[in-house]
Amino acid sequence: MKTKVALTGNEAVAQAMKQINPDVVAAYPITPQTEIVQIFSSFVANGEVDTEFVAVESEHSAMSAAIGAAAGGARAMTATSSQGLALMFEVVYIAASLRLPIVFPVVNRALSGPINIHCDHSDAMGLRDSGVIQLFSENAQEAYDNMIQAVRIAEHPDVRLPVMVNMDGFITSHAMDVLEVIDDETVKNFVGTYVPEDYLLDAQNPISMGNFDMYDFYFEHKRQQVEAMKAAKEVIKEVGKEFAKISGREYGLIESYKLDDADVALVVLNSAAGTAKGVADELRAKGIKAGVLKPRVYRPFPQEEIREALKGVKAVAVLDRAETFSTCGGPMFADIRNTLYDLKNDIKVVNYIYGLGGRDLRLEHVQQVFEDLENIRKTGRVDETVKYLGLRE
Amino acid sequence: MATLKELSKVEERFVGGHRLCAGCGHGITVRMILNAAEGSNVVVGCATGCLEVASTIYPYTAWKCSFIHNAFENAGATISGVEAAYKALKKKGKVNGDFKFIAFGGDGGTYDIGLQSLSGAMERGHNIVYVCLDNEAYMNTGIQRSSATPTGADTTTSPAGKVIPGKQQPRKDLTAIMAAHNIPYVAQTAINNWQDVHKKAKKALEVEGPAFINVLSPCPRGWRYNTPDIVEITKLAVETRFWPLFEVENGKWKLNYKPKKYVPIEEFLKPQGRFRHLFKPGNEHLIKAIQEEVDSRWLALLERCGETPELPPR
Repeated sequence: MKTKVALTGNEAVAQAMKQINPDVVAAYPITPQTEIVQIFSSFVANGEVDTEFVAVESEHSAMSAAIGAAAGGARAMTATSSQGLALMFEVVYIAASLRLPIVFPVVNRALSGPINIHCDHSDAMGLRDSGVIQLFSENAQEAYDNMIQAVRIAEHPDVRLPVMVNMDGFITSHAMDVLEVIDDETVKNFVGTYVPEDYLLDAQNPISMGNFDMYDFYFEHKRQQVEAMKAAKEVIKEVGKEFAKISGREYGLIESYKLDDADVALVVLNSAAGTAKGVADELRAKGIKAGVLKPRVYRPFPQEEIREALKGVKAVAVLDRAETFSTCGGPMFADIRNTLYDLKNDIKVVNYIYGLGGRDLRLEHVQQVFEDLENIRKTGRVDETVKYLGLRE
Repeated sequence: MATLKELSKVEERFVGGHRLCAGCGHGITVRMILNAAEGSNVVVGCATGCLEVASTIYPYTAWKCSFIHNAFENAGATISGVEAAYKALKKKGKVNGDFKFIAFGGDGGTYDIGLQSLSGAMERGHNIVYVCLDNEAYMNTGIQRSSATPTGADTTTSPAGKVIPGKQQPRKDLTAIMAAHNIPYVAQTAINNWQDVHKKAKKALEVEGPAFINVLSPCPRGWRYNTPDIVEITKLAVETRFWPLFEVENGKWKLNYKPKKYVPIEEFLKPQGRFRHLFKPGNEHLIKAIQEEVDSRWLALLERCGETPELPPR
């Protein structure tokens, strides 16, 4: 049974957590994620979930306790944003290397400094190489759907990795949206029961975890994490197909929007994809063959799918909501250019940094990007590879 | 109270093959503490440090009970997560048997970098025992000063130099800080007194809620004493009142051992290379200052324990 409801992104994620009913949640408040732990705490206080809620004293301890819980054999979760994720940095790597299926929403917010509470993706990008799976969500519906699927992806025997579910701070987390929620029983059956393989609380089979791992084994263990990431691509697609059966919404690694015959395309994560699709529609009406590619999965990086989706396009703009300070563009730009290199068909790829610290991405900004791409397509010339949108220079 | 003979028959959960140095206090302490948990399953959490690197070199382990090492500063949070998992899974009938949860951290991982994580775990009331293996410096990284390092000690980051004679600050009173958490059980003990360690470990494991034990665990490399003399050096720490044995049970402070004689602090300092510079002519005032620190801490402790705050005649 499905019900249409009006919820904010945070409420939708908390709702998904309630339906997943994890064994342990360890979390700490931080804007704009705070509502998730608040709402979830009320579920705990009112007996609506069976969860042991651990109100830790920092995000470092949140992930550390989640690691302890997951290692103990529990289905464990946390949630955070920005500085909280930065504080967790060290232990996120450990969660991944211990192969613990911890699911954690990250409400994307700019990293300090200067301190700022609004959206950008610098927090998530800081951990893109940590070994966690990263899902991105355009709106509250996708955040809700991703949370439910994340449990199955994380716990799949071929994967056993943490999954970070991203959504845009305030834009998605605090805006009221209409979405469809699935009934509790269906979600419960979909996520199933977590059956850990080796865990601390197995009285008959004690285990040592987090051992000191030297040059004779460390490298192999890292390679195994890569294999798990590779396997995750298939698992994410399988889970997406299965999810379609209970929701009517199918998810893959990427969303291709009007790319089949597109001349120019934007690549963009999270909520800005909605803006980009709207502008693409307007341009299509004017005869410009515009399309949008929205990676749903950023780690593992869906290289083949992106290459396939963009192979016929003449000019691509990658929109990054994060800086790398490499002076060579944003993080996703590097990945996309790398992906398209092997096509050897002279696709022009440019980069726009936008929306840092919550700066709005306006329709006219996206229109400007498409206009630039049209010029590049017509002239075959790129004047500036990396540009900034909506910035006072 | 079990006899030593009885205790020697308890199946060991921390076994041979670990690579702790000869004469290290950690192995002795860990075995004593785990011994007291006889009859229960145990999950050990461990901070990064000597104990962890020496006992879990992949693909080996010296632990017969479940063991988790996460990072340096989060043994408190990690073991509290395992305990929360236990509560959740026990309710659902997914765990067989009873479990005890013990975290071990060195003084670096406990007094310093892990203090927040430990404080949080204690305040939240998890049913865990945190044991600090206090060897008074960062020994694993090569003897750097920590906030547990005593005044005057020569370490690689508080070296006894031409101008500065070793560590200038008194050590942090972590046991008192833990007592200030108003948890059911806090204790300070030392390995020279196995009965004291055993009794305190038993109490800590039996109370409902968090418990903290601070164990003086000498390091022959860092302290530079004659390696076989570990028990002797620990005894001197207790007899000189440098490391008093006491416990705080439900807020009530109790002194567990009162040395009969006044043993001057020199007796503890002298056999140790880390204090050698203090015995150079002209440095008498430094030792005097250390003695004054020891005396004033002892008197304050006596007062807290409801004893008459007076020193025995010298």
